[in-house]
Amino acid sequence: MSDEKILEVKDLRTSFFIEGNEIKAVDGVTFDVPKGKTLGIVGESGSGKSISALSILQLIDSPGEIVGGEINFKGQNLLDYSEAQMRKVRGNQISMIFQEPMTSLNPVYTIGQQIREALKIHRGLDKKDGTEKSVELLELVGIPSPRKRVTQYPFELSGGMRQRVMIAMALACNPELLIADEPTTALDVTIQAQILELIKELQEEMGMSVVMITHDLGVVAETCDYVAVMYCGKVVEYADVKTLFKNPRHPYTVGLLNSLPRSDVDQEELIPIKGTVPAPHEMPDGCRFAPRCPFATDLCHSELPSLDDVGEGEQVRCWIYTDEWDGDPEVKVYEPEKRTSED
Amino acid sequence: MSQKKELLKINNLKQYFPIKGGILGRTVNNVKAVDDVSFTIYEGETVSVVGESGCGKSTTGRAILRLDDPTDGTIEFDGMDLLSLNKKEMRKMRKDLQIIFQDPYASLNPRMTVRQTLNEAMEIQNAVPRNERNDRIAELMETVGLQPHQADRFPHEFSGGQRQRIGIARALSVDPKLIVCDEAVSALDVSIQAQVLNLLKKFQDEWNLTYLFIAHDLGVVRHISDRIIVMYLGKIVEIGDTKSIFENPQHPYTKALLSAIPVPDPEKKTERIFLQGDVPSPIDPPSGCRFHTRCPFATDKCAEEVPELRNEDYMTDGHAAACHYIKAIESGEHQPTKETSKVRDV
Repeated sequence: MSDEKILEVKDLRTSFFIEGNEIKAVDGVTFDVPKGKTLGIVGESGSGKSISALSILQLIDSPGEIVGGEINFKGQNLLDYSEAQMRKVRGNQISMIFQEPMTSLNPVYTIGQQIREALKIHRGLDKKDGTEKSVELLELVGIPSPRKRVTQYPFELSGGMRQRVMIAMALACNPELLIADEPTTALDVTIQAQILELIKELQEEMGMSVVMITHDLGVVAETCDYVAVMYCGKVVEYADVKTLFKNPRHPYTVGLLNSLPRSDVDQEELIPIKGTVPAPHEMPDGCRFAPRCPFATDLCHSELPSLDDVGEGEQVRCWIYTDEWDGDPEVKVYEPEKRTSED
Repeated sequence: MSQKKELLKINNLKQYFPIKGGILGRTVNNVKAVDDVSFTIYEGETVSVVGESGCGKSTTGRAILRLDDPTDGTIEFDGMDLLSLNKKEMRKMRKDLQIIFQDPYASLNPRMTVRQTLNEAMEIQNAVPRNERNDRIAELMETVGLQPHQADRFPHEFSGGQRQRIGIARALSVDPKLIVCDEAVSALDVSIQAQVLNLLKKFQDEWNLTYLFIAHDLGVVRHISDRIIVMYLGKIVEIGDTKSIFENPQHPYTKALLSAIPVPDPEKKTERIFLQGDVPSPIDPPSGCRFHTRCPFATDKCAEEVPELRNEDYMTDGHAAACHYIKAIESGEHQPTKETSKVRDV
């Protein structure tokens, strides 16, 4: 882990203030992205993965607010930047693509106008040069007859094509970091394969770093180098992708892998995680996962564990891996058949 | 499964949706959502229909319940011709034929408590005598893993997974024989999805239920199905038991579809077949084999002749694919006409 880090997020806190209550959507999130690599942030609905990503670019609107932490991009804390300075970062050094390309493209402007906008703001290109560059970008992302496409509107394109346009826009200024928030969730699986491959190729070509936000463990396994697993606003596990799948440590990560129906192997039965994610205003005091965890002890229910190093570049937020662990000592050893929930 | 009883038999089902145009509002064209589809479902089994957006899988499910009336074809359920029934008779029939929808938010009435919702279903179908209904509701709530006292809550008081369980409870309340599950678990997080899938499996074992599962998630499909139907642009391209479809797929589309699924194992090497372009429009589908515009093996013959579903001697019983070249591709005699596949390195 001596690689250079392009992004280091430290103890990031983003809260929403609703009717006098503070909802801690992102509650002390720490992770980093090595240069040229892909970090996956994986978690279920409400885990805070998208809010973490939006926080990096400070795209949090009222009633939400970033209330603490650091977002170090190439050594500079973005939270110290003014709005004018941030505007120079967005779409230029850091770009983002979203899940739903139809709602993130402006329906009343042509594809060309929308790509040119970023080029004009950040590169000062005029209409003619901007159009040329737009055509080039559309060609890069594999859109057939790009010269015709620049004059078309978003509704004239299919879902996969729109996502390619989004990627072209995101890449317009050769960003150093691309944040992809569920970029293929709305797409069919054959189109998803095309888009993931495209992101990978472009990353290799341009040496870009990527933050891939997804709920799909298959996408994580295929595209990411490192993975942060989030649950209820916190990172519960961080590891390189091979370690995470081979030797998952946090009971939540194990639970996710056990509940996943797989297309590549036959499974006898799925082992779900019992219960449901707690509501944001009813967060448990101790470990957030304790009410659903098959191994939880009194300690887990009363005190929150910290995110600690457990191996070479691996971190886990769980009492099991600490000296304080007072439950069954055998659960430290990874044996999937033992790690089942009781219902 | 030696004495299999045919529960649902669909023959040459066609579902065209007219496109109106011009000042007179005449039908100018049709969206051929389902175009000549035939299959049979046996009692107690789970059959999945898979395919990408616009392949006609949901339309097929809706046509079976006559939520949309089919353009042509026959649907036989338990020996009864469904399309000959009038509205009233069809409503009675739906006691045996239930559907669970994808979106648990949109498919429950927000102004009715769960008790009212379940009561309504039993009232309409006259499934349970009035004085036994409250007991039945309590039992149903427990069956799907909810507390009986939660029956007096409104849908917004439940989470997505819980709402989907209410949808299941509603379907079960009338003791159906067949349940069409239209993307019933797609909107759920994976940990909750596993709970619901296990529940559906349990009910099937207990009550010999039959499921028609409509899904795009092939992991879910592999887990739950006995047999699988693969559709592309309104037509069945391959049908067979789950093992044959996943381990010995024959149609080039099925192969591409399976190879495109991201596998949750970073150390597995996979060969991926990349398909060019998007699914063509069902308004004006390609001639001949509808997949020929994207198929790596396509020849001139594919653009002209519509392939029939066929079973070759090396395939298992009941496994069939609609492609002119399955045998020649299997033996290596017919090679790809376009470069599309790529091995992913780990």
